[in-house]
Amino acid sequence: MSVLDPTWSALLYLVAAICFILALKGLSSPKTARRGNLIGAFGALVAVVTVFLSSRLENIPWILAAIAVGTAIAWPVARRVQMTQMPQLVALLNGVGGGAAAIVALLELGHAGDWWIRLAIVLTLVIGAISFAGSIITFLKLQGIMSARAILFPGLPVVMGLVIAAAVAAGAWVVAGGPAWAAVVVLGLGAVVGVLLVLPVGGADVPIVISLLNAFTGLAVAASGFVLGNVLLIIAGTLVGASGTILTRAMAHAMGRSVAGILFGAFKGGSTAG
Amino acid sequence: MDAIALATITVLAIFVGFEVVSKVSSTLHTPLMSGTNAIHGIVLVGAIIVAGQASDPWVLVLALLAVVLATANLVGGFVVTDRMLEMFKGRRASTGSA
Repeated sequence: MSVLDPTWSALLYLVAAICFILALKGLSSPKTARRGNLIGAFGALVAVVTVFLSSRLENIPWILAAIAVGTAIAWPVARRVQMTQMPQLVALLNGVGGGAAAIVALLELGHAGDWWIRLAIVLTLVIGAISFAGSIITFLKLQGIMSARAILFPGLPVVMGLVIAAAVAAGAWVVAGGPAWAAVVVLGLGAVVGVLLVLPVGGADVPIVISLLNAFTGLAVAASGFVLGNVLLIIAGTLVGASGTILTRAMAHAMGRSVAGILFGAFKGGSTAG
Repeated sequence: MDAIALATITVLAIFVGFEVVSKVSSTLHTPLMSGTNAIHGIVLVGAIIVAGQASDPWVLVLALLAVVLATANLVGGFVVTDRMLEMFKGRRASTGSA
């Protein structure tokens, strides 16, 4: 059933996109930050109501149940978390967002006709998997389940290079019309890249890496917007990708570090702070 | 919509994203990160579309998993950002009175 015609749903998505821009603007200044966050939440509500009213959807009771489950898990955790544990909660929430984008792209592979849509699927899979796996590792480090120190092993740059080469090859095969299992391989290799990227980062640099992975998830969501032809996902994802990149640089700068130094310092034989 | 129109929107959104946070004060770095984290939870819209088109049971199960994960990102993200800013205000008020 679709209540809204495409023009109305496009206009409502535009309203949501404007809310997200105003939210970022508001969050940049102490006086307006809290209101900015609420404007963002309102925009998200508008977008979710719009998708129910404008798309021909099956399985609506199941979808509503899944939304209820997600809310029932996240709301109490976010309400009760200690202030000191907020960074790892943000890391975890960022990771599951990247995972959701990757799943959406994987399931759309069967409907992808054009090569550029398959390219967008591959990008969503890789970036989403990096973000998911990297965020889980940062969560484990900050939560104290894993050692927070930089973890290095000999040959890490070589392993990283081989995994990236394999991911590019598998990704190119998917773009050229390869089988579905090749897309699953891309997903797995992306996850390995995410783990290898975050393992050598330790101590005080971890929050900066969370910010970087947050920007990555934004890019994955933007790519998934290309996959689905959904303008709102493209705008929201790109906004987060771009603002997250600036924010990552600003955070690194505030600590007197460079983003490249944090990520690749360990690869050059130096160690990261911590 | 064709690829060029989508690419145009993307490029413009990149510039808006750069500009809109360019003057953020360093005390707001963490809440801003958390707020942008919540915004990309809007991938929920994509997860709902995919779940709504699913006819194969396994596709539906995976799509519903994506709905759960995206909802957690979206709802948890906005709630935890609000809590951060709430404390932010409280801390400022207490230092002001002291």
